[in-house]
Amino acid sequence: MPSVQPAIETHAVTRHYRMGRSVIPAVDGVDLTVGAGEFAALLGQSGSGKSTLMNLIAGLDRPTGGSIVILGTDLAKMSSEELARYRRFTVGMVFQSFNLISTMTVAENVELPMRFAEVSSAERKTRVQEAVGKVGLLPRLGHRPSELSGGEQQRTAIARALVNRPQILLADEPTGNLDSRTGTEIMDLLRELNAKFGMTVVMVTHERPLAERYAQRMIFLGDGKVLSESRPEVTA
Amino acid sequence: MKAYDLIDLASRNLREAFLRNSLTTVGISVGVASLVAMLSLGAGLQKLASRQLGRSGLFDSIVVSSRLDWRSQDDRRENRSFQSGETKTLDDTARAAIGKIPNVLDVYPDIRFNAELRFAKVPGGQERPHYNLIAGLPAMSRASEVFDDLQGSFYSGDMAEEAIVVGEFARELLQIPDAKPSEKAKLTEDQLKALLGKEITLSYLERQVQAPQPAQMEKSADLDSPFSALGGGPASLVPRSRKFKIVGVVESEPYGGMRAASRARLFIPTKLAESMNVVQPTDLRTALRPSQGKTYLTLVVRVKNSAQVKPVQEAIKQMGFSTYSILDASQGLTRFFTILDLFLGIFGSLALAVASLGIVNTLVMAILERRREIGIMKAIGASDADVKLLFFVEAGVMGAAGGVFGIALGWLIGKAINLGANIYMRSQELPTENFWFVPWWLIAGAFAFSVIVSLISGLYPASRAARLDPVQALRHD
Repeated sequence: MPSVQPAIETHAVTRHYRMGRSVIPAVDGVDLTVGAGEFAALLGQSGSGKSTLMNLIAGLDRPTGGSIVILGTDLAKMSSEELARYRRFTVGMVFQSFNLISTMTVAENVELPMRFAEVSSAERKTRVQEAVGKVGLLPRLGHRPSELSGGEQQRTAIARALVNRPQILLADEPTGNLDSRTGTEIMDLLRELNAKFGMTVVMVTHERPLAERYAQRMIFLGDGKVLSESRPEVTA
Repeated sequence: MKAYDLIDLASRNLREAFLRNSLTTVGISVGVASLVAMLSLGAGLQKLASRQLGRSGLFDSIVVSSRLDWRSQDDRRENRSFQSGETKTLDDTARAAIGKIPNVLDVYPDIRFNAELRFAKVPGGQERPHYNLIAGLPAMSRASEVFDDLQGSFYSGDMAEEAIVVGEFARELLQIPDAKPSEKAKLTEDQLKALLGKEITLSYLERQVQAPQPAQMEKSADLDSPFSALGGGPASLVPRSRKFKIVGVVESEPYGGMRAASRARLFIPTKLAESMNVVQPTDLRTALRPSQGKTYLTLVVRVKNSAQVKPVQEAIKQMGFSTYSILDASQGLTRFFTILDLFLGIFGSLALAVASLGIVNTLVMAILERRREIGIMKAIGASDADVKLLFFVEAGVMGAAGGVFGIALGWLIGKAINLGANIYMRSQELPTENFWFVPWWLIAGAFAFSVIVSLISGLYPASRAARLDPVQALRHD
């Protein structure tokens, strides 16, 4: 069961983009709470604001208004350097298009966040083995992304997201570029991380069946607003 | 991010676009090479000039004269005039006092006199007369660069009755007709054989001083006798002859005093010349002035090194004498080389300035190509400062590599210029010289300059990369 203590809280968060003379409200007054250790899914059509909201929670973007409080700290009050530290240690991100660095091997991609975190070289080697082992890719350590399947690339991205031991994992359409069987494998892995390590997982998806099967709570967005929330009746 | 990780990431990023980054690095190398080649040429020329002048004795000699006879540049510049009471006579007492000043190696008079020289080309043959200027040369003149090409040997001792002749006079003695300038460089073995070891007879005027009789002293003082200046008492001018063995042939006279207008053609040891009491043309000048004892028109003071010239010069001035050293005139030479180095440096730096634009271009291109990568790095925890430093270090690595290759290339260019110049000099039958010199400060300075220019060039691309919006960057294909 999810803890009642909130990991993520948003209060009237807005993110407006200016396009010429018009203002587009990508996120428009969203109030949201995700408990620590919870697996939540953000659902909605394209342009509903779910990825923008995800970027705001990830500290990649700053809101136009409102506040985002993560584990008791308001992101709006953080400096650029503090936001970088937050991305380094508190959240891990997984993207639809994997976003691996093509010139680096699996081991080097997974190691990269630890370079920014100034982890010692010996410790880095141990943690790479640990994280890559968790996603079952140890035999592929020396391979470059172009030599991996889509599922393997996403596993590598998950290992990279985990390597600095964050408390929150943010996944933006993690199965969007995968076939259904591989997608299921990735979702099983995310659920395992949530269940086994108590990691808070927020996943953006437009596939309702996937959310119903894995998430503990579904939050529906439309036109930048929260339309409704529900809990799936059955979790697989 | 740790320095090791920064350099490691920067190096691997540079390897990924190897060709482009190599070409940029080559551009920097060419810039550094031109800077090194230009400045090493300037340094080489300056060193060559300093070596030539230094070995000539110009920079460690001071010419001392009495203020009665000669006023130094400083005296004239300061518009100082001296009353006769303030002036001192340059005599043996003064010579001994100057010799006791710390760092003074030797004090000797600038002896030069006219004499008739008689030489027989063939042993036992008829001697031909030559009227010439003879000069005393101290033993320490041996270090002068004019003796590098000495044919034969230097004097065997301070009192050796040996002579060294100037090449032109040697040819006159041997009755060799004038040849082309390039063929005049050295005597042939046969010509030397006909000259070295042979005797030459000097006929000169000796000054004989007699102890003054009381009556003569009175008379001398009354009449203000000119002879008193030649030795304190009545003096006689006695014609003398002395034989000298020719031991060496040299092409020109080494520096030893203010003698530009009167170049000697035969040299004998200074100590021996002093003991000969020869009458010099300058004696006539001092003869007009009443004096107690032997006086010198000028004395040459040799000091340990050029750094000691100034303090010794000051000490001698304090004693009441005028001084002159080439250091007074060499300040202009130093200024000339400073300006030359400055201009050579500016021309050399132009290529490096062009190369720095190459760095800006390469890094801006890298930002465009690696936009998504920058977004990924920011998403997984890189700060703006990390991204900025990464591009900054990439510029620095290119600068460092360009600096190392550029210094090596500049060194090779300098060697090639030196080689080419010496081939030309040899074709003109001139002695070869080292025109080119790379001092350690130039190596360190060129490397530092290369890295600094590269880092400055990296400032704009690095700050542009750091400012990239990660959300926009991650959308980039």
